[in-house]
Amino acid sequence: MNVQISSRQLHPVSPAGARALVRIVIVGHVDHGKSTLIGRLLHEVEGLPDGKLDALKAVSARRGMPFEWSFLLDALQTERDQGITIDTSQIRLRTPARDIVLIDAPGHAEFLRNMITGAAQADAAVLIVDATEGVRDQTRRHGYLLHLLGVRQVIVVINKMDRVAFDAGKFREIESEIAAHLAGLGLTPSAIIPISARNGDGVARHTSSTAWYRGPTVLAALDAFVPAHPPHDLATRLPVQAVYKFDDRRIIAGRVASGRIRVGDDVLIMPAGKPARIRSIEAWPERESSQTPRVAIAGQSVGITLDRDIFVERGDVVCASTSPAASARRLRARVFWLHQRPLAVGGHITVRIGTAESTAVVAAIEDAVDPGLLASDGAEVIAQNHVGEIELALSRPIAIDPYTADPISTTRAWPVSPVAPCARSSRSSARLPAPAAGSRGCAPSSPRTVRIWRSSPPKLSAD
Amino acid sequence: MRVDIKKETAIASGQRSAAGPVEATQLDRLDELESQSIFILREAFARLKRIAILWSLGKDSNVMIWLARKAFFGRVPCPAMHVDTGKKFPEMYAFRDRYAKEWQLDLLIEPCPPIDAIDPTLPPAARSAARKTEGLKLALAKHGFDGLVAGIRRDEEATRAKERVFSPRGAEGLWDVHDQPPEFWNHFNASPPPGAHLRVHPILHWTESDIWAYTKREGIPIIPLYLARDGKRYRSLGDADITFPVESNAGTIDEIIAELAATRIPERAGRAMDHESEDAFERLRKAGYL
Repeated sequence: MNVQISSRQLHPVSPAGARALVRIVIVGHVDHGKSTLIGRLLHEVEGLPDGKLDALKAVSARRGMPFEWSFLLDALQTERDQGITIDTSQIRLRTPARDIVLIDAPGHAEFLRNMITGAAQADAAVLIVDATEGVRDQTRRHGYLLHLLGVRQVIVVINKMDRVAFDAGKFREIESEIAAHLAGLGLTPSAIIPISARNGDGVARHTSSTAWYRGPTVLAALDAFVPAHPPHDLATRLPVQAVYKFDDRRIIAGRVASGRIRVGDDVLIMPAGKPARIRSIEAWPERESSQTPRVAIAGQSVGITLDRDIFVERGDVVCASTSPAASARRLRARVFWLHQRPLAVGGHITVRIGTAESTAVVAAIEDAVDPGLLASDGAEVIAQNHVGEIELALSRPIAIDPYTADPISTTRAWPVSPVAPCARSSRSSARLPAPAAGSRGCAPSSPRTVRIWRSSPPKLSAD
Repeated sequence: MRVDIKKETAIASGQRSAAGPVEATQLDRLDELESQSIFILREAFARLKRIAILWSLGKDSNVMIWLARKAFFGRVPCPAMHVDTGKKFPEMYAFRDRYAKEWQLDLLIEPCPPIDAIDPTLPPAARSAARKTEGLKLALAKHGFDGLVAGIRRDEEATRAKERVFSPRGAEGLWDVHDQPPEFWNHFNASPPPGAHLRVHPILHWTESDIWAYTKREGIPIIPLYLARDGKRYRSLGDADITFPVESNAGTIDEIIAELAATRIPERAGRAMDHESEDAFERLRKAGYL
């Protein structure tokens, strides 16, 4: 379904790229109203295609249920049957100032990996809290994950205010609790808004029910978000995806993660530290030499050639020679663990950083915590959906930057897939061996991944 | 081939001064989409053993083939596969044969089984569409591909909006939508179990408008059925007998783009298979449709 228009006043056709596009994820505890808010927002900006509202009403009627806004994104039969969101989805809308992609995320603890998938794509977030239930454990976990995923722009929406008679006191109580929790994570919401998603109060306009509230509506708050862009002002990093030799050119291909690549730049290929100079930036269709590109900026997929014949492979990082990435075989990281089997010291995992991959052993674990609770549990293993700090010993050196230097660049995020113990015989390969069809025994059918970051200045051992 | 300075124009979103263009710090939207799609295509080629790009000859897969040519500097290193129901519009077959040659594609044409071989409990249009799913399965078994690159987009339809960029399909080509692997940033799951394959979706984040704007910018050829004739045009091209045109006077791409900005009619309104029952499309997709 295409959602293309905003309000009665048609906007002139704008060239691609003229309006800011912001990706916003809606998170929060299960049943606190995420999907309903999205449906309501679309309705308010008249973003529903012709006939969609009637179709949704018909679906609800056929199912013998009261009208459900959530059916807009909860398109799977199981989701509608059970009234829950299982997986993340996206929908577009236009507000007066923005093109917005709204990302729905499931609130159920069982679907945390799907919430992460959605939130990882977001520039900003809306954290929703049910006024009758208050801050719950998924509220806290989602807040923690937003912080960990590098989402810094957040608003909080306190929903179902109609069920607490729009009581200002109740609102203030929840407002201070969530503000305190987020402040502890280093997040400051730009607004905390009382609404009723089902009825519309506070979503696109204020009503008399919340006369005591002085802040923006949800729509106004969304309009104030800005898109995140790859960091162009940080040191140049080009992680190598592949080296192509289709003819006499050896083209190194990848996407510039930060900074910029210029013809003539001196570079160092890490982790080995080989020096070279950029000879050309390749493009297709090919052009006359006066018009070949001379610079490529952060976010751009490129192909380059070097001025000398050196061995470069996938996983290397082309760096500005003045400030290259470090090379490391021992890392300290903060992880959010997704697998059912807890992570313990001695566990074998695969680490991916940018395009590089290495097997690794967990050398130490500290501070295992359930971010859904308020206190640390002091455990020695990291259980599913828990967080901890670990030390890893890699089997080969990898090019790497400290998290603190670049918190939102994609090169610093390292998913980890566990190699299950019963697969130890194939440790030499980094791939997870496949289970027999239908068995979900020791080797999971899809790798359970985890985010790893550097949390503090790196402890590097000499190689 | 068009030689132009669009790249320079695209990245120099700053002002041009007498001294020359100012270096930009930001890609415009089409360049950003293009870069992301090229990244995805290169990842698929690097990490999977044997992939094919599904070419349905429509506007979306044409853009995808074009992106593949960009990603690999003019030489698409994998086959372009047309899973042929035999019921496409004649203009599409002519288009295919001409551009497969012109673009030097390694073209594979794989037929679909007849309708009698398809699940009779599906409503008629969906059943007809399901021939393509069976054709895909046969082609996979024949060629041993572990990855299929497909041009679906999130904004086309609500179950497609639930997709991953690298999406595993089980041994029978089944989509286990209730147990999808997590996927974040630019790290993709590229390890299907044996007998299974991955669907790669490089234009998942593109909208219908983006596709047209890019087609226009790059000068990508299109099938004339997309342009209005006698007050009607096709917004979406499926099999000829289950695809219906919409009212339109948009005779050029610019007019299509303007029309899309104003319309409230969904793109797939003319695709009968989507509307036969509440769960028809979901059933198709879970069974391995695109």
